[in-house]
Formats: sequence, structure tokens, C-alpha cells
Amino acid sequence: MEGIITKVSGAVVEATHVDTPKMNDMVRVGLSGLVGEIVRLQNDKAVIQVYEDTTGLRVGDRVVNTHTQLSVKLAPGLLGSIFDGIQRPLEKIMAQSGDFMAKGVDAEPLDTTKKWKFIPSVKKGSIVKGGQVIGEVQETSLIKHRVMVPLQLSGELKFIEEGEFTINQKIAVIADKTGDVDIIMLQEWPVRLFRPVKEKLPPEIPLITGQRVLDSFFPIAKGGTAAIPGPFGSGKTVTQHSLAEWSDADIIVYVGCGERGNEMTEMLTTLPKLKDPKSGKSLMDRTILIANTSNMPVAAREASIYTGAAMAEYYRDMGYNVALMADSTSRWAEALRELSGRLEEMPGEEGYPAYLSSRIADFYERAGRVRTLGGDTGSLTLIGAVSPAGGDISEPVSQSTLRVTRVFWALDSALANARHFPAINWLNSYSLYEDDLTPWYKDNIARDWPELKKELMTVLAREAEINEIVQLVGYDALPDEDKMILDIAKIIKEDFLQQNAFDQVDAFSSIKKQYQILSSINELYSLEKSCVSNQIPISVFSSVRAKDVLAKMKYITDDKLDSVRRDFEVALEEIKNNTVVKNE
Amino acid sequence: MSDIYYKSITKVTNILLFLENVKAPAYNEMVEIKLDNGDIVSGQVLDASDRFTVIQSFGSTSGMNIGSTSVRLTGETAKFSVSDKMLGRMFNGLGEPIDGGPAVYGGEERDINGAPINPYAREEPSEFIQTGISSIDGMNSLVRGQKLPIFSGSGMKHNQLAMQIVKQAKVLNDNERFAVVFGGIGITSESANFFKDELESSGALDRTVVFLNLSSSPSVERIMLPRVALTAAEYLAYDKGMEVLVVLVDMTNYCEALKEISAAREEIPSRRGYPGYMYTDLASIFERAGKIKEKKGSITLLPILTMPGDDITHPIPDLTGYITEGQVVMNRDLEKKGIVPNIDVLSSLSRLMNQGIGANKTREDHRNLANQLFAAYAAGKDLRSLSEVVGEGALSSSDKKLVEFSDKFEREFVNQGYEQNRSITDTLSIGWELLSYLDKSEMKRLKSEEMEKYGKWTQ
Repeated sequence: MEGIITKVSGAVVEATHVDTPKMNDMVRVGLSGLVGEIVRLQNDKAVIQVYEDTTGLRVGDRVVNTHTQLSVKLAPGLLGSIFDGIQRPLEKIMAQSGDFMAKGVDAEPLDTTKKWKFIPSVKKGSIVKGGQVIGEVQETSLIKHRVMVPLQLSGELKFIEEGEFTINQKIAVIADKTGDVDIIMLQEWPVRLFRPVKEKLPPEIPLITGQRVLDSFFPIAKGGTAAIPGPFGSGKTVTQHSLAEWSDADIIVYVGCGERGNEMTEMLTTLPKLKDPKSGKSLMDRTILIANTSNMPVAAREASIYTGAAMAEYYRDMGYNVALMADSTSRWAEALRELSGRLEEMPGEEGYPAYLSSRIADFYERAGRVRTLGGDTGSLTLIGAVSPAGGDISEPVSQSTLRVTRVFWALDSALANARHFPAINWLNSYSLYEDDLTPWYKDNIARDWPELKKELMTVLAREAEINEIVQLVGYDALPDEDKMILDIAKIIKEDFLQQNAFDQVDAFSSIKKQYQILSSINELYSLEKSCVSNQIPISVFSSVRAKDVLAKMKYITDDKLDSVRRDFEVALEEIKNNTVVKNE
Repeated sequence: MSDIYYKSITKVTNILLFLENVKAPAYNEMVEIKLDNGDIVSGQVLDASDRFTVIQSFGSTSGMNIGSTSVRLTGETAKFSVSDKMLGRMFNGLGEPIDGGPAVYGGEERDINGAPINPYAREEPSEFIQTGISSIDGMNSLVRGQKLPIFSGSGMKHNQLAMQIVKQAKVLNDNERFAVVFGGIGITSESANFFKDELESSGALDRTVVFLNLSSSPSVERIMLPRVALTAAEYLAYDKGMEVLVVLVDMTNYCEALKEISAAREEIPSRRGYPGYMYTDLASIFERAGKIKEKKGSITLLPILTMPGDDITHPIPDLTGYITEGQVVMNRDLEKKGIVPNIDVLSSLSRLMNQGIGANKTREDHRNLANQLFAAYAAGKDLRSLSEVVGEGALSSSDKKLVEFSDKFEREFVNQGYEQNRSITDTLSIGWELLSYLDKSEMKRLKSEEMEKYGKWTQ
């Protein structure tokens, strides 16, 4: 039986006579078969949210129920691809319908003809259960795709074979309680459902991002959650891109959700050229891109972050460390608001639906470091950009996000205007993972890491106070102790916090280099302190060579770090000799 | 499609008509509204339903009534007929000629809403456009395919700035086919005349398609105008391979019209009365800028908007800034100081600058020079406001130099008038000249090779 459209209002369509409609069933709407999802049932009426532009859709047109839920297809071939918000492959769609997105196009998300070499990792006759890895496929040069038993199945493995298979061909047979079931590599998963895990583990390992201000001052754990709110032009997207490019996750899922088309293009052109520091392979080989740009249908934007999360969880279940970046969750929330308005729901604050904050909390809850059903350890880190109206984070999306995320990277337009990038405000930002991660930093980087960091953070906090005094009395009236703080704070800001995402060397700063710069600054600071306490005027430090050496450190490749470090020590000695002479 | 005239109007407001029992209306379908006196006004379906259909009228609803005014569905969504005969012509917001000339025949009918460019089909914009304006070229460079709005305030000379860009813009070492699509949204006839005269005197009028909705024209038409204009631009760019510069003034009037319709539909407003979907709506316009792989043309979009109360956090500039690839901000304090154009380089931004500049594009020192100028100007401005509080005497000598630098920067780099056309080389050397006023040791953003090659320090 075909349903009949009775009303069209933007992305929301009402229909009667839909065949056995269930909540979240996927339907095909109108003559061109637009993709939609049932979001409300009322008597004989089904309310449908349509994932494509509804212009030209006519009252009386048909609605066909597919009797499946909005799902993602999971199999080898996801990595290196770019999809829209409901997992339509953009590359194939371009081949089919040209440079502009046509309506109602249908394309298999994954290549069904390509043969993958499957190597079993368990023997015939073994007892397997849902989520267990039974074999591997080399999906890209960087990543082995671990083929898992579909979650609902368990039993004896009656057949398993090595060989070249498409994602739809039988690779194994499991004697489940319902009978023998053929296993293929392709699996489907409803996007709105969490994939289950055995247990959640505490966050103990940092996600190293190569971004100095983040790794050193506001670290995020693997499996953690972070929010990046900021006004436009403060560098949310550049920060997200840097994270996608340089963080040490195994898999990156990047969801461009209601943002600019050219930004996705930029990722598509830069990622294949960037090389993984460890293996030298292209970073595109570990990345999945989801692009639902701002002018693409608003309902698909709502779905896009779930599509991304389902894929990310799938790779997490293989035992990988996955990081998902969503840019921007505010656009996702606006999509919710628009759909909610069309559904004539009672609005909450600023017109957002009342369930906004529970949806946001729900999304971030998908993060975590976990023991998978197969027994491996994997993690899913979620990093969401937030675009508060007017840069004011008192609005509902920012506030709901900050209640659930444990890291807050506060972008600041004043810093951005002064071209201090990344424009992350060191006074407002915080990371609640600091204590969880301190043991890791002490064991893997240096024992004095926590003290070093605290010492220099204190300088920055002190600087803010002194700057207020300067506003009243002027710089010259300051005592030397305060001038020293300003001097060191300036060095921390210019030579450590500022990082050029577009410089080949500076774009990624190894944790070793970060430590070296910090400890060098701290040594200069100690020297200044001892001079100031010995009544040596701070002006002797105004143009010392040591500062030039420090300034260069961030542009030095790791292999030359030691020699620069020795040079810095020499430069410190020069200061000591000079000041002693002067003092006598 | 249908010859049925529905007389079942149940409600008329200043913009909207509500109809009962319409058979099979389509969402966004165009309709004809026929008045008693035989006048015909066009309209569009906003809500299609088997019970109540909501129609927005593109003309005034004055004279419409319940009972005898009738509505006919056309069976078509809004279309605009495109061909290269559009060049040199002038149309209203619905795409009807208003220059007294004949209708454009033989064109191809295109849906004015267009379709989103497949992100995979996009080409990253990377060709530097020289506008001849130092504060844009040097500090916030524009590239082909970019959408870069001008944020202005009421009473500022954004029209002159826009025309300066239109007249001077060129791509280095390139004489490709160039066209302008100009959309005037709710502008005064004086501004419209200014644009016409400027285009004519520069000889660009016959490469230009003009779409005009005056402040006296129906406001609902303003919703259609940018879409019609961009449909024309897409045709010129992607079918004819032209490099198209689209200027839309004033997007604030567009947003006001959007608010007006939303209020008439009794929708729940989000911030300051603007509809919650304004971001998506603006994006469906701005995202039509760009370049497509393996196609010759491009659409570069320069929307101009006036910030109500000069407030950059107002929803209109705010949402625009989140969609566009940067912004050029005009500043009232600079205007009062007599700096022309009054562009505030610090709050301006071009997100695509890095792609368009550097060796082989502009010059290898461009990025670092711009960063250094930004840093020094920002520091100087901060110190200037500090010295206003504590007095100049409290500044150290290097601080005083920075303050003087920031004044010189405004007077010599930014201030160039609406006539001067500076090459990028000129712009860069003015920048180096200004830096030589500061101590060489403070140049943290510059590489020593660059300072040796281009620096103008005496020793």
C-alpha cells in the first residue's frame, strides 16, 4: 500500500495510508523518491522528516515505506571516502548526477564489486560470539579492517575461508540458535542506536594532538569529550582540521555538519598529501569524511553526526582509537530547532526544542575508552565545535554542551584579531582530565611535568592581573618582579602558545619538543628570578641571545632539538657571565 | 498545468493568502493571483496541504479580497530563463526585464533555488584576485570562488568600496572572461543610479547583469532576488566559463524581508525576531559561490550588509560570518578619522588567504609580512588606548614607536581613497616601508632571509 502526502512544509511532510508505519522507518517520498524518516505517528497520519529538498513535492504524491530504519552500511571501503549526512557516497553521486546534487539519487555507499583479501584469525569449529573478530582485511595502507561477528549472532563457526571476497560474499557460516547463518563482511547498523560494549574504562592516556596549548595545558584523554566554542573567525575549523590531521588517533571521522563546502574541499585536497608521521602513509587512509554542508538539506544535517558516530563506534569495536570531530554541533542543533518548529512542538529556550540538552548529552555519552565485546580495548574521542550566536556562550547549545564535555577549549576573538593562533584563551579553558593524565605525563615525558606546567600557568595568570595594574599606572611604574612576569609571559605566548598551522614544521609539535620549550622557558625564568632578587635590573634581559634561540625552537625539527638545546644552555651561560660582571 | 481558479481564499494579510481545498498543490509552486480588476500578481506556495494552503504574494495584497480574488496553480516552481543575452540587461527580483527592453527569449529555464554543489565536485579556490586595495590584498586577500562579505554600517561608503572592487579586480597574469552580476536588494533609487553610473563609466555595464529591487518595490520580491541573480551567475560561470563577480547589496534588507514573512506566518522567532532557519536560508545563497573541478568559470560573491547599530554580534552579520569565508569590516572610528576606505584590518579576515598567496602567487614574504603587520598594528592600537588612560609619558620608547606605527599604518597603508589602484607589489613595499620604522629585533614573525631581501632598515 502506498501512502498519500497530505501536507508539505519545508523538510516536514505529512502522509496518510502509509503501509504499517513504525517510528524511525525510512520511507521514499514523492515521484523522485526522496529519502525520509518517520518521526511521529498520530491516528492514521505519519509525520516524515525528509532528507532532501522538498521543492515541487505535491499534495497527493505517494509515500512508500521501506520497512527499514535509517542505517549505516559498515564494511571495508569506508576509509578514505566522503559521504553526505545519510551515507550517500559523494564521489559516486558526482559520477551519476554531475557537479550539483540531484534529488532522489540512489547510490550504494560502498563498492560492492571490489574484492578484498580476507584472512581468518579463528579456526573452523571454534565457538564465536557477537562482536568477536574472526578475520582481517587490509583496508588501506594504514588500517587493517577487523571483521566482526554481527552482534546478534553466536555459536560454532561451521565454515570460514581465506580468499578474495566482495563485501556481499559469504566468508563464514555460524551455527546460531536460529540455524546456520551466512556471514558476509557487510553489516548494517541503525544510526541512532549506541553500539554496545562490555565495559567503559577510565581515561588514562592522552590523545596527543601536536598542538602545544592543548597537549601541555588542556589535554584531552583518548575516549574523552571536548567542546570548542568560539565566535566566527576565531579558528574553530582550523583547530578541528589540525586535530584531524595531527592527533595520534588510529581513525578519524570528520563530520562537516552545516558548514562550508570549501572547507570540506580543503580537507579533501590536503589530507591525501599529508603523511602519517609514523608510517609515512597518506593520512586520508585513516579518515572518513562526512560532508553535509550548510546548503544541503537540513534534516540530513541532523542525521549526519549520528551517521558519523555509528561508523566511529564500529572502528572502536575493532579495538582502534577513534576520534570524531563534529563541526559544528550548533548547526546540528539549529537543524533540530528547525525541524521541531515545523513539527509545531512547544519550544524551549531561544526556540530550541526542550529535548536539546538531552540529545546533546546523549551524543557525547557515546565517547569513552572501552573494553569491546570482542575483548579488545578501543576508544572513541568526541570533539565538537560550537558556534554560539555573537560569540556569547550563555546560549543553550554552548551551555548544554559544557555541562557534559570535560574539556573546554575557549576560543577568543580578541586573540584571533591579534592573530594569536590557536586563539585558545588560557585563562578560561580547562581540562578535567588533567589529574587522570598526570601519571602518564610523568611516566612518559618527565617527572617534573606537573610542576613545570603549574609554574608557567601561574605566570600567565599573574600577567593578567598585572596588565590590569598597567592600565592604571603604566608599565614604567611597575616593580621589576612584575616586569619579569610580563617578560616571561610574553615569551610563553609568542614562543610556546602561538603555533602556526600553516608552517610545515610548526603545524605539529612533538610532546618532546613541547617539554623542551617549556623547560627552557622555565630555566630562563629561574635565572631572571635570581637576578631580580639580587637587584640586577630586568633590563639586562631585554635583548639577550637566549630569547632568540628560544624563539627558534618551535621551528626546529625533532632531530636538531638536542643541538638547539645545547646552544640555549650556552646562551644562558652568556647571560650569567654578563650579569656577574655587571654586578661587580 | 491547471486552468482552475480557486476562489476559496479564507484569509488575506499584507503578504500572505490562506486557501482552502486546493487540489494537489506543490511545495514552493508558483501561482497566479487574479484580482477583480483583472490585475495578475504572482505568488508562491509556502505550505502545501490538503486543507489549508499558504501562499505568499510577490506584489502588494492591496485590493485582494475574500470571495472574488482567485488563485491559479501554475504547476511550476520558480524559474529564470538564462542565456548570454542577459548581459547588459536589467531585471526585477522576479527576473522580469525592467529596462524597457524585450523579454529574453530562447533562454533555458532554470530553477532559481539551484542545487547544492556536491562537495566532492568543488575545487579549492586558490587564485589571488588583486583588488588594488591594500587592506584587502595585503592583509585579507580575496581569491576566486570565495564568498567575502563587506560588513558596513548605515551611512558608510560601502557602495564606493564595492564599486572600487568591481572596477579594479583582476587576477594576476590573466585576462579571462569576466562578468559582473549585480543584485540591489531594497536599495534607494539614488544608490541604484550610483551603481548604474559607475558601471557605465567603467565600461563594465555590457558585461553586467543587473537585478534591482528598490526600497519602494514589494519586500517579498527580495527573497527571490539573490536566488535569481545567482541562477544567472551559475549559468555564466559554469555554462559559459566566465569568471563572475556577484555583488549583493544590502543583505540586511533581505533578512528583514525574511523576518517579515516569518512573522506573518506566525512562526516562533529565534534571536531578535529573526527566524530560526535564517542560517540555513542565508547558506543556500552564499554557498552558491565557488569553483568546480574541471570547469573554467567561478563565482566570487561579495555580499554587502549594514550592521544594525554597528553591532557585529547582531544576528545578520553573525550568521553571515559563520557561513562566509571571512569578512571585510568597515569601522566608524576610522571613518571619523578620515581614513578611506575605513576598513578595520584587525576584525576583517579572509579564510582563504593562505591558499591564494605566497611564492608564484603573490610573493613568498606575503604571509609573514601580513602577520607582522597585524601583530605590530594590534600591539600599537592596544598601547594607544592604554596611553589614553595613563598618558603617553608612561609608555616606554619602543611602545611609543608602536603607537606611532599604528597611526602611520592607518594613514599610509589603509588610507588610499576610492580611486587609487595599488598593485600587490606596491602594497607589500608600503608594508615593508612601515615596518622599517620599528626595531628589527622585534620582528618575530619575519624570517631573516625575508628581512634581508625586502627589509628597508637603514643598517
